[in-house]
Amino acid sequence: MTNIIHLIYLVPLLPLIGFLINGLARKLLSRPVVSVIGSGVILASFVISLLIFFQVRQDGFTAQTISYFDFLSAGKIKINFAFQVDQLSTLFLLIITGVGFLIHLYSTSYMHEETAPGFARYFSYLNLFVFSMLLLVLGANYLIMFIGWEGVGLCSYLLIGYWFKNTIYNNAAKKAFIMNRIGDFGFLLGIFWMINTFGTVSYHDLFNPQNGIISSISTLNSKTLVGITLLLFLGAIGKSAQIPLYTWLPDAMAGPTPVSALIHAATMVTAGIYMIARSNLMYTLSPITMSVVAIIGLSTAIFAATIALKQNDIKKVLAYSTVSQLGYMFLGLGVGAYTGAVFHVMTHAFFKALLFLGAGSVIHAMGGEQDIRKMGGLGKHLRTTYITFFIGCIAIAGIPPFSGFFSKDEILTAAYSNNTLFYIIGVLGSMLTAFYMFRLLGMTFNGKFRGTAEQEHHLHESPPAIAIPLIVLAFLSIVGGLVGIPEIFMHDGHRLAAFLSPVFAQSAGILAKHESSAQNEILLMTISSVLAVIASLWAWTKFRKYKPTVDESTGFAKVLENKWYVDEIYDTVIVRPFRSLSVFFNNVIERSGIDGLVNGVGKGINYGSRQIRLLQNGQVGNYILMMVVGILILFIIQMFAK
Amino acid sequence: MEIKWYIFLSLALFCIGIVGVLTRRNAIIIFMCIELMLNSVNLLLVAFSKMHLSGVAAQFPTLASDAQIFVFFIMVVAAAEVSVGLAIIIMMYRNTHSVDINFLNRLKN
Repeated sequence: MTNIIHLIYLVPLLPLIGFLINGLARKLLSRPVVSVIGSGVILASFVISLLIFFQVRQDGFTAQTISYFDFLSAGKIKINFAFQVDQLSTLFLLIITGVGFLIHLYSTSYMHEETAPGFARYFSYLNLFVFSMLLLVLGANYLIMFIGWEGVGLCSYLLIGYWFKNTIYNNAAKKAFIMNRIGDFGFLLGIFWMINTFGTVSYHDLFNPQNGIISSISTLNSKTLVGITLLLFLGAIGKSAQIPLYTWLPDAMAGPTPVSALIHAATMVTAGIYMIARSNLMYTLSPITMSVVAIIGLSTAIFAATIALKQNDIKKVLAYSTVSQLGYMFLGLGVGAYTGAVFHVMTHAFFKALLFLGAGSVIHAMGGEQDIRKMGGLGKHLRTTYITFFIGCIAIAGIPPFSGFFSKDEILTAAYSNNTLFYIIGVLGSMLTAFYMFRLLGMTFNGKFRGTAEQEHHLHESPPAIAIPLIVLAFLSIVGGLVGIPEIFMHDGHRLAAFLSPVFAQSAGILAKHESSAQNEILLMTISSVLAVIASLWAWTKFRKYKPTVDESTGFAKVLENKWYVDEIYDTVIVRPFRSLSVFFNNVIERSGIDGLVNGVGKGINYGSRQIRLLQNGQVGNYILMMVVGILILFIIQMFAK
Repeated sequence: MEIKWYIFLSLALFCIGIVGVLTRRNAIIIFMCIELMLNSVNLLLVAFSKMHLSGVAAQFPTLASDAQIFVFFIMVVAAAEVSVGLAIIIMMYRNTHSVDINFLNRLKN
């Protein structure tokens, strides 16, 4: 039992094997075999992660770095391929493999209409994604994390463009990839800077409390640290879809719905949160970056929430809500509530996966329709989906005692002690969240059916492979918050904080303590929950009787409906000038410049040789003359060179 | 006599040789010109040997004659080369009934 940690390599290895089998033998395997392999490896990983988790939970466990081989060594720099086993990585392992397994299970049913090779391709991508994400989380230095980081970006591209025959989907995939690259560029520069300054990128060398390089720094806001943290944060902005690089996430809904659930809600987008939580000490030491993180997080949270208010595509609403929730997590990180942010990652993984899978179930029942204006009244036909979706909505809206309440409230309380304005805007955002979620719920599941008669005829509850993950996730969404009950309600109630405390201990020592009074805290909680309940009820009562209208929305509503025209602005400011520049380069520089140069050299040599060839005329006398002339020239050079 | 006269003579012979090679088309004359050039160089060799070793000759009489003997070797090799050259010219005459070297531009194509 003591050695179970040494099996850690199996956790990412199994999905990799699954990827190889499904990917290489995709033309040979039948769908059931692919399903068993694809989901089985993730389940096995989950079981091992669970065993490791119990090991890590025991008292007296200290973070371990398990090295496997030299990954890179150049001069003084030595980077090992090593895995980091500590509380933070174990928690993420559980989330990734646990939620990942449920989504794999769900996919076996959701994707059954694909051809067998396509089905295997899908599962191999999914396994590769889980592998990359595990590598990202387990890596014991920033370089290994970066490999996983790039890996999830790649898988995201592959899965968004899974139906690659559709140009729009392909463009969405490319958009996601390019936006991510912008962030990765920052991340990579951050790593280079780190290597240049500290000579190492390993967490152990940087952060360990005894002789870590960062741990020995005591000055706040040193230029290097602020620079590195800002660059790393740029990476997080790209991966976790924050302003200004968030627009890829809503477009990423082009992929199959389980992919949206897995990648764009539960795991991949939380990579940025993980990375900052992992580097918490560096961030704590540079308060300037912390404020940047908090402000960007908060503005994203509120901005995306306003967009979600007017979206009519069921997946788009959820996508913007993801962006908004990620904003909350960054707000948490920015105000130093690292535990709160990680807690929110966990609860968000539960309820957002639930909501996406529920949306998938709805889309499945509606035969591919995603417009909520054409739905309505589905609650009668899809009972399981309805109830679980309802639970998900309550959880995300932050209504106690569901999971979202605890995590969001922890972040908001921390924001309050940091800056009251953060709190007010945050609560406003959570009201918006409650509003758009219940708008979605009301329009989809209540009222009268607004689709075609044929669609109504086909409405059916989804099969067990879809229903079971929904039920499990709904259960987790209800009770998931109970691992983090605030101190004021129950002594030692915040078991998650106690569990994670070794990871954040050094930061906690530096951060100024804002002990708000218990009364104050209860007041804050009451305010936010009451406001959330009011917003929910308001939206629900308003939209359950939704009637489709034909008239165009005007004014502000129209701006929101068009997502603040951000895509259009990006298109005009960045994409189009870039495109014209590329066209210019293609037509002028490439064609007349580079091509001209290359072809010119070729033509010149061709012409020159044709002329010089005439010298070889066969007259021996001529040859001798040339020889004599050559000797004379050499002679003259010899005379004048001296 | 000063060394320069030898050099002038040698240079003159060499230039005659070059001009002959360049201007004449008769293979035998070209051949003779080449020999002329060769021998002008020989002359130079002997002259320089004499110049450099005039002082040393008193003490080392054998050294002084080294270069002279060297020239004999060159002449022997040149004689052998002449026989080969003349043989080629004869073969050429047998084939073409002419010793005009412009006839030999067939290699061109």
